[in-house]
Amino acid sequence: MSGKVFGQSVTRNEDPYLLTGKAEFIDDIELPGMLHAAFLRSDYAHARIKSIDVSQALKRPGVVAVYTAADFGDYWRPGPLQVPPPTAIKGSVFHARTLVPIAKDKVRFSGEPLALIIAESRYIAEDAFDDIIVEMEPLDAVVDLEKALEPGAPLVHEDLESNLAAHVVQERGNYEEAAAKADYVIKRRISVDRCAGAAMENRGLLVDWNDRTREMTIWASTQAPIPLRNSIAARLGLFESQVRVITPYIGGGFGPKIMTSQADDVLLPIVAMWLNRPIKWIEDRRENFLATTSERDQLHYAEIAVTKDGIILGVKDMFYHNTGAYDPYGMTVPLNTQTHTVSNYNVPNFKTEVKMVFSNTMVVTPVRGAGRPYGVYVMERLIDYAACELGMDPVEIRRRNLIRSDQYPLPTGIIGQDFVEGVLDSGDYPEELRKAVELIGYEKFIKEEQPRLRAEGKHKGIGVVCFTEGTSVGPYEGARVTVGANGKVNVSTGISTQGQGHFTVYAQIAAEELGVDVRDVNVTTGDTGHFHWGAGTFASRGTGVAGSAIHLAASKVRQKAIKLGSKLLGVPEDQVELCDGKVCVAGDHSRFISLGEMAMKANPTRGTFEQGAEPGLEAVAYFGPPYGSTGAGALAMIVDVDPGSMDVKIEKLAIVHDCGTLVNPMLVEGQILGGLSMGIGNAFYEQLKYDENGQLLTASFMDYLLPQATDMPDEVLLGHVERPSPLNELGMKGVGEAGAIPTPACFAQAVENALADCKLQIAETPLSPSRLFELVKKSTEK
Amino acid sequence: MKPIPFEYYAPSSVAEALDTIAELGYSGKILAGGQSLIPSMNFRVARPGALVDLNNIPELAYIRPNGDGSVAIGTMTRDSKVEHDAEIKRRFPLIAEVMTYIAHPQIRNRGTFGGAIAHADPAAQLPAISLLMNADLKLLKKGGERWVQAEDFFLGPFMTVLEPDEMLAEVVLKPLPARTGSSYKQVSRQRGGYAQVAVASAATLDEAGRCKQVRMVLISVGDTPILSKEVSRILVGQKPGQEAFEAVAEAVAKGEIDPGTDVHATADYRRHLTRVLVVRSLTEAFQRAAL
Repeated sequence: MSGKVFGQSVTRNEDPYLLTGKAEFIDDIELPGMLHAAFLRSDYAHARIKSIDVSQALKRPGVVAVYTAADFGDYWRPGPLQVPPPTAIKGSVFHARTLVPIAKDKVRFSGEPLALIIAESRYIAEDAFDDIIVEMEPLDAVVDLEKALEPGAPLVHEDLESNLAAHVVQERGNYEEAAAKADYVIKRRISVDRCAGAAMENRGLLVDWNDRTREMTIWASTQAPIPLRNSIAARLGLFESQVRVITPYIGGGFGPKIMTSQADDVLLPIVAMWLNRPIKWIEDRRENFLATTSERDQLHYAEIAVTKDGIILGVKDMFYHNTGAYDPYGMTVPLNTQTHTVSNYNVPNFKTEVKMVFSNTMVVTPVRGAGRPYGVYVMERLIDYAACELGMDPVEIRRRNLIRSDQYPLPTGIIGQDFVEGVLDSGDYPEELRKAVELIGYEKFIKEEQPRLRAEGKHKGIGVVCFTEGTSVGPYEGARVTVGANGKVNVSTGISTQGQGHFTVYAQIAAEELGVDVRDVNVTTGDTGHFHWGAGTFASRGTGVAGSAIHLAASKVRQKAIKLGSKLLGVPEDQVELCDGKVCVAGDHSRFISLGEMAMKANPTRGTFEQGAEPGLEAVAYFGPPYGSTGAGALAMIVDVDPGSMDVKIEKLAIVHDCGTLVNPMLVEGQILGGLSMGIGNAFYEQLKYDENGQLLTASFMDYLLPQATDMPDEVLLGHVERPSPLNELGMKGVGEAGAIPTPACFAQAVENALADCKLQIAETPLSPSRLFELVKKSTEK
Repeated sequence: MKPIPFEYYAPSSVAEALDTIAELGYSGKILAGGQSLIPSMNFRVARPGALVDLNNIPELAYIRPNGDGSVAIGTMTRDSKVEHDAEIKRRFPLIAEVMTYIAHPQIRNRGTFGGAIAHADPAAQLPAISLLMNADLKLLKKGGERWVQAEDFFLGPFMTVLEPDEMLAEVVLKPLPARTGSSYKQVSRQRGGYAQVAVASAATLDEAGRCKQVRMVLISVGDTPILSKEVSRILVGQKPGQEAFEAVAEAVAKGEIDPGTDVHATADYRRHLTRVLVVRSLTEAFQRAAL
């Protein structure tokens, strides 16, 4: 489906502002009398707080106030559970221990705030760190997931019996029966670690309380402006209408900015009221690494039951999931793992069990990929182990088990992050695999190139994997579309934008419906003063859900314009059309009224008004899908392994993806490439490495290796399979996380293939040259 | 991530700079390109009481070829100037090659040749290359000047023989003998990143094609860049070849390095990688010497 602008690679409406440095980010905003905040954070990961003496800090010139938990009285309380518990899943256990705004009595991770300093500048606030005397009694830290659940392990939350945060078992069919019938059952221990969001811009908050109007304005670098506004208003006892959250331009989100109950979110609004001065806090990179949120490690005990023909009879996966010190974001990440473990394949019997574990590390919440890459890694590895056992080609075994294109809609029997049973709405997985295999030149590589390269002593390998991406989940988003007297169109929606290109995609959707130039559509996102209903930017839902709401609102405006146009032009409604910013008579465009004039006429200021009508060329609409739409794809890559240094270069990569209707192919490509770079990071570079004391060893970009342009493959080939989703009028599915999901699994397969003579079986990610060296050494020693 | 309060001096001549550092003593710290110092100040790891900024002293930035075949490089010469200098490329092709491994172009536009040597990071390239070439280093202080060879300059990680009132003012690269080839092999986790291990070597052949002289420096496997003694003991007077290079690699890995384990690599891997890179670097250096 494509139109005049819908479906076209329109260049971005936002780029002129960004590229000329005019876009305003939170740290660009300066208010008169503004103060600066800094948090003194705990070095210990687990310790009891004996005392905090701030008296010296208060004497430092330029320090305005210093607060600890005690100063907040009853205002101090654990934050809300941002995502509901998984009560929809029978037998599930969930212990909510939500984030506390500032540590009281005990710290549970290194980086947890101990004191809040407000000063005339950030420099002075940081100078005051040295003035504060904190007495702590260190406790043993909980870091290892299996040890955490052993009897006698130190407890992160002492009111619980163990460090078990949640336990969920889901099953379709009967795995044990299937395994009994299988020719082969292959079992492995697989460890998967994931990464930080590491957005280019860290978090930030600027709070301005106006004591005369009793209104609060907050600028925030957030993915969830409306939930943030709601929780701040509720805590302060204000109406939502008294609090306005504005998201200026944001330099990336990637997940962690969905949090609305961090120390700054909770404490700065009330302190700004107490001091009656604006307060700015800009998170620095060290704080981002230590104390925002991220994804982390899972440990899987997984098995696959197959026939000798490579037909999958069943999969069982018992895994531990690290939720960090608290679990404010419920079980979104591990539930995504459960729903994404087998979703590409016909697996009649599937049992998945998760034990979510508290540890003395930073809180885990979704990061681009959000639980899905773990599931895909485990499943794709299991299939590779099975292929190896059976002596079968990895592509062939996948072909034999993929869900066919005539099986949709296909209920999965597994409940996911939106608490309804997952249903695969549409797709064509075999076609995606076929195309990816063709793009990478699989047959030629395996049959001709690889044998020749091996003879030359070169170690190049190929990998091919499949994945799904649950996207565009509910509950809902909304939008207001308004034609101005200037003849241009204004769109506002509640979700915020972190650089994805919403200002363009949304403009395309509205422009197509209203027949205006895409440059004449102004889009406002994430400003509760403009639109104040909605949930936020997460789960690759911006285009599928908010975009659908914009489409519906624009359709309503279109109907309004046609109705009024028919009246004013004196022709029947079916002879009125919208084009070039005008309402015209079909077939005779010389008879028209401009949209701007029409907007004036739709808002009469004298005379009478039709009963039941609504003024203006304006409409509001909401959209909520019954369940999320599922994107999917296949990824193939060729790697070159240096057998001396064990360094790996990705030479060529091909990805085929189905995100339903492509609204803007250029932006889809950008999303896929960005996701891939994150996936490559997860495969070979990025790791939040904690030692046994809960100390983060990679807390700066010197040690935390974020992929660079030079780490991207030399050649990337993109292909699309376009199977529109039946769940929204435009047939859209999300694509924001696609590239991040399959990459570690594909990388592992390709490296194994390159080192085939080593009999290497990889069961972990991320890898590094040093780790590969160890693994090869172990496998050749066997 | 903001530095502690510090004083800032911006002398406009070498004499003024030397006066200032003499006065400040241990509380003063010289600011050259700032590519290492400023981040460590922001982390509050470095807490100098005063910075003496050399960026306003144009007389410290130059590349001057001397008549004896050597080249003098002023301490404030930007890395990117050295990288692209035609005379450096002609006389010391290895230097131009190594420069491309130092971080990224933006950083090389600020980072300075002398600053990197004085900073003495054991994982950095320029201290190692100065050692490979045994560069002559001119140290100035108020009313005094001394020359130190690179071999005598480095004491430990980030430690050199520089006194608090001294500055490294000039680096002189001495001419290489005829029939010399050099090579630099580095493995880092990412392009522009720190070396996991790197090996630099310079080999000279005699007319009979035997090794006349050879120097090799190992990077990131000890507290300072390490100048190998085994390499000349094993190779000088010998016909170079794979077997001999492997013997060197073995001797170096066993006896001359002391690699550590960190988040990126184990000591075991670094030892292995040293063996691999020693062979690759010597192979290339001798091939180039034979050209």
